[in-house]
Amino acid sequence: MYKTKDGEELFIIDGHVHLWDASPENIRNIHGKQFIDCFYGYHSALSPPEQLWTAEKFAKYGPEQMVKDLFIDGPDDMAIFQPTYLKDFYKTGFNTLEQNAILKTRYPDRFILNGAFDPRDGEGGLEALEAQAETYKLQGVKLYTAEWKGDSRGYKLSDPAAYKYLEKAEKLGIKNIHVHKGPTIIPLDRDAFDVADIDHCATDFPNLNFIVEHCGLPRLDDFCWIAVQEANVYGGLAVVLPFIHSRPGYFAKVMSELLFWLGEDRILFGSDYGIWTPQWLVEKFMNFELPEEVMKETGKELTLTAKKKILGENAARLYNVDIASQRAKFSRAEQMVA
Amino acid sequence: MTAEVEARIEQVRAALDRVTDPELDESVVELGFITSIEVTDAGVVNVKFRLPTYWCAANFSYLMATDMRDAVAALPWAAAVSVTLDDHMFVDAINDGVAAGKDFADAFPTEAQLNLSGIRLNFGLKSFERRQEALLRGLLSLGHDPVVILALDISGLTRLALDPPTAALRTRYLERRPLAGDSMLAFVNRDGAPISPETLTIYLRNIRRVGLNAEFNGALCRGLLAARYGEAPAALPPEPELIDFIRMGTAPAGLTG
Repeated sequence: MYKTKDGEELFIIDGHVHLWDASPENIRNIHGKQFIDCFYGYHSALSPPEQLWTAEKFAKYGPEQMVKDLFIDGPDDMAIFQPTYLKDFYKTGFNTLEQNAILKTRYPDRFILNGAFDPRDGEGGLEALEAQAETYKLQGVKLYTAEWKGDSRGYKLSDPAAYKYLEKAEKLGIKNIHVHKGPTIIPLDRDAFDVADIDHCATDFPNLNFIVEHCGLPRLDDFCWIAVQEANVYGGLAVVLPFIHSRPGYFAKVMSELLFWLGEDRILFGSDYGIWTPQWLVEKFMNFELPEEVMKETGKELTLTAKKKILGENAARLYNVDIASQRAKFSRAEQMVA
Repeated sequence: MTAEVEARIEQVRAALDRVTDPELDESVVELGFITSIEVTDAGVVNVKFRLPTYWCAANFSYLMATDMRDAVAALPWAAAVSVTLDDHMFVDAINDGVAAGKDFADAFPTEAQLNLSGIRLNFGLKSFERRQEALLRGLLSLGHDPVVILALDISGLTRLALDPPTAALRTRYLERRPLAGDSMLAFVNRDGAPISPETLTIYLRNIRRVGLNAEFNGALCRGLLAARYGEAPAALPPEPELIDFIRMGTAPAGLTG
């Protein structure tokens, strides 16, 4: 919960959090080491100095620290776990649904668990998805289209195999498809960040929501272009938001573009915890105003109403969270002891 | 080091300064990617470079490495050129492939099916739009009539009397102009179609996101490079405007040979 200067209480849903283990014991090979080093690069490049963690803490912070950073010291009311398996790099995986489920059991009202699938897993994968959906009551999945697998150099969400999974997801009530268009880890002769496939799926699956994480960065330009045409495409602010500290001018322009192309109903807050913590991100976002000349360029404003939507109401709509009843639950049984 | 070698190092630096990161449309020198330039008395050149992460896409890395090699090899005195990438997931495949003059598909025989011409064209067109937006906004801010500007043919644009900063934007734009087709018109969209004065504002509004994306990525890549190597980020104005950001092609100081 974030309290404004006027005393208004905002409900915060953090759309993008991780609990990972990149400790030396869990690292399988050089890639695992380089992967966490790269995350740490994002952390150190974009965090305010007083928010910097040591590399040791960053590698494995543990569930107690996470609960403290999100809900006790931080303003999050709820948080959505986005899993990242990476079993080729980490012995027990980097950040798995199974690990996340332990915290979900402890704090059932605080966390939303998302699953994962890979269309290249064929029929077996469809069955596994069904089992996963049943066990964890999934409403969302996180996908990495650029991930290497066997002989495959990634896939497109518009491939026929992916459509089978999307059809299955829709049947299982998994409405929210989070897509990471991220750096590929194996050479691709195509552009691994290409977001064009989302355009096709969003048209063909109007009942699903496609949340493009990091707003398609580094293809923000292409992402805005498809998002304006597809009402069920959303942008997740993870990685974009921390620029508010080190490059507020860029952040203002990007935010203004997102408000112009997507609108305030289709932008979701996400801290990308543990890369960044929600406390400073939300604080700075609430105090942030678009400069006059940036507003003039797009004609869009970042109002308090827009901030409320971005920080919680939009995600609540996607994940069927009733904010009033959720608040009541928290005030009755608030025992966030880390 | 002899005066001749020093002069040649400067020529190598100037040649590398014209090589861009295709995604960022900025010079690899300005981005801080070049770590050393060596030139022997016999005219053998060794260039070393690095990237912001271990994972930087191999295809883009390969494009940059081969562009650097070709730019330096074009110097008339260059007897042999080696370009070496350091600290990357695919240092061996990239360095060996570039040294042997292989295509990307041959350098990565099991991982790649295509060569990089499609990527090069797509990112060339983004660069075209970004440079065009900067030039058009520059011309409009100088008070040029949009109707007149948009009717110019390429030679008309070339002859236009401009102040040095806007002339530099024109040079940068004309480098990319052939990618958008062979119409005589100076200003066309990425498909080669004319731009109408009535819709110019909307057109500029639409392509604005291309430049902003590149700038945002540039800031991110500088931050990651600095974090990776524990250095201050390569020079970047604190909050540049697009028109300031499109560099004027001057070679920055500060690199050691």
